[in-house]
Amino acid sequence: MSHPSTYKPAAGFAKWLDDRLPIVRLAHDSFVDFPTPKNLNYWYTFGGILAIALVIQIITGVILAMHYTPHTSMAFDSVEHIMRDVNYGWLMRYVHSNGASMFFLAVYIHMFRGLYYGSYKEPREVLWMLGVVIYLLMMATAFMGYVLPWGQMSYWGATVITNLFSAIPLIGDDIRTLLWGGFSVDNPTLNRFYSLHYLLPFAIAGVVILHIWALHIPGNANPTGVEVKDVKKDTVPFHPYYTVKDSFAIVVFLILFAAFVFFNPDGLGHPDNYIEANPLATPASIVPEWYYLPFYAILRAITFDIGPISSKLGGVIAMFGSILVLFVLPWLDTSKVRSMRYRPAAKMFFFIFIAACLVLGYLGGQPAEGSYVLYAQIATAYYFGFFLLILPLLGFMETPKPLPRSISESVLKTPKPGGAAPAGAQSAPAQ
Amino acid sequence: MNMIRTVLIAAIIGLLGASGAAASVGGAHKPEARDWHFSGPFGTYDKDALQRGYQVYEMICSSCHGLEQVSFRNLGQKGGPFHLDRCPAGIPDTVDCSNPNQNPVVKALAAQYRFKVVDGPDDSGDMYERAALPSDHFPGPFANEVIARLANNNALPPDLSLITKARHYGPDYLYSLLTGYEETPATVDIDAGQYFNPYFHGDMSQTLRPEFLDEHGHPLEGVEVPVGGVLAMAPPLFDGLIEYADGSPATVEQYAADVTEFLTWAADPKMEARKSLGVMSLIYLIILAGLLYWSYRKVWSDQH
Repeated sequence: MSHPSTYKPAAGFAKWLDDRLPIVRLAHDSFVDFPTPKNLNYWYTFGGILAIALVIQIITGVILAMHYTPHTSMAFDSVEHIMRDVNYGWLMRYVHSNGASMFFLAVYIHMFRGLYYGSYKEPREVLWMLGVVIYLLMMATAFMGYVLPWGQMSYWGATVITNLFSAIPLIGDDIRTLLWGGFSVDNPTLNRFYSLHYLLPFAIAGVVILHIWALHIPGNANPTGVEVKDVKKDTVPFHPYYTVKDSFAIVVFLILFAAFVFFNPDGLGHPDNYIEANPLATPASIVPEWYYLPFYAILRAITFDIGPISSKLGGVIAMFGSILVLFVLPWLDTSKVRSMRYRPAAKMFFFIFIAACLVLGYLGGQPAEGSYVLYAQIATAYYFGFFLLILPLLGFMETPKPLPRSISESVLKTPKPGGAAPAGAQSAPAQ
Repeated sequence: MNMIRTVLIAAIIGLLGASGAAASVGGAHKPEARDWHFSGPFGTYDKDALQRGYQVYEMICSSCHGLEQVSFRNLGQKGGPFHLDRCPAGIPDTVDCSNPNQNPVVKALAAQYRFKVVDGPDDSGDMYERAALPSDHFPGPFANEVIARLANNNALPPDLSLITKARHYGPDYLYSLLTGYEETPATVDIDAGQYFNPYFHGDMSQTLRPEFLDEHGHPLEGVEVPVGGVLAMAPPLFDGLIEYADGSPATVEQYAADVTEFLTWAADPKMEARKSLGVMSLIYLIILAGLLYWSYRKVWSDQH
């Protein structure tokens, strides 16, 4: 949270620099002495994990770009050249391709955590919306990155997704032509996707800075949803308390990451992407990467026309709507209580929401036929119902459990019902 | 509230349970899962099997299938089939046999390879053929796709460099396909030059003989559509086709296992380096995690 600066530059150069560019002061106030609620659990470590994931993607990506050739006749072979002939090229490429999956795994946990603890609520709406912007940029970046190896799934995935834009009335065909740079997915498409795939991660990094800025104005939310009342009792300085906790979580996450990279590097990919793109041979089934599957299921769940809206356009609206609805989430949730820890009904609907997302993910990988379509429609209905009906209504209908009076009270070893203990009386002394 | 919860949970269980209901057309038998020398986190390539597999590829597969991503020098790289740590007796000291480009076995294999490399232009502007060098990629059997299709009943034999990565269950699939050819089932008619294989993905419902179909073209009661598909590759392996110098059995199963080992290496030549680096990385990360956890407990001890 905003707090008076405690940075005291030593004499000499540090003092000289601080008078001219207080960058060390900024870092000190943001990441050393920043007051952070003392009750953050491991779900709150995913922000740090995501920062590391972004850095890993950018470093490996820059190295891969030194060896990759963005041309339809050479891209596939240049990726194999990286895998076979570039020193540790296989490592860079597997870290980058699995890193995308790890990035999304972490961002989904991060988003579900925000949803569960009500982190999007006043005064953190902008923080949340910036997060949705980052997520959208990630989706675009990962999609364009997946096209670059120019395998069968790259090509046909690009064809399916770019064709979606033609469903937009009036300007859809022009948008698609612009994306393609021609009249089908071809070399101009590959070139512009490569260019944008290199650009967007830096845009993400920029929005991440805004995201952290917007975090540091109100300060971290926390599992109780109760705001910091007493900085001394309720918070600890970010360093060393959370630097060490985040570091531990990051390394545990890297263990999972390394297990994939070294022992099952192609497990999250599709075998068809080891076949070079062939515009004349459509794969038996075109499946996106796992992190898009829920949205792919929503896209294909709209199999019916709604008035003048064709099923194709309806699917596209539903798919983009499923992400755009997150932008207005802070105003859809009417409950005054932040954390679902104290909202029994909301908690139940939240876990059903997670189940619906997992079901959608499963269905996105299945053929859109038979009863799969019906299940996808039910799960899609729940997805939107959760945001548009359940959260708005629940705020008026449910009776929340009593909240702890303060963060320090909530971390007491034996909380008494009704908060009988005087707030902070039993909390450990600061030193 | 309890009631709603029960209904919703029941609905979700129903959703998951019934998901097998949707039928899809066509398919293939799931390949038999085999325990390969390279399976598991510590698995390595069996060098003898790689060498035998190279022999199978060179004598049989390569007449139709290319290996364009692989260079001869790869054969002599660390982890490759013909890597040498030191030179065999009789080779001058100036030769470094661990260098794939100087490896005498690799040089001989490249020079004797059944297809030549097209090089040039020479001083008079003509392209010419020459024997392969270790630095060359494997020359393929066909100059282009048109010739390949003309020679193969309009089918295009896929390049094998990545075949075990480009198929579900890669190595198991390859082995099952090579050993799994069956007599064409009596209920179907297939074209000359096509071969039935239960592991090849296809849709046999279109090949049922007319006497097994009703007036709507559906299979008659009790007639099963065979699982599998047809491919243009005749069964390529027969017992006794190749004699192995090391006395390994001259059977289809042995040939198939060996060539699968070789092609798995060809698709993933850095596997051994990857796994050994992986073991070291995991050990490092686990120790680091332990130290950080200990530090975390220490730092937070005044807060708990």
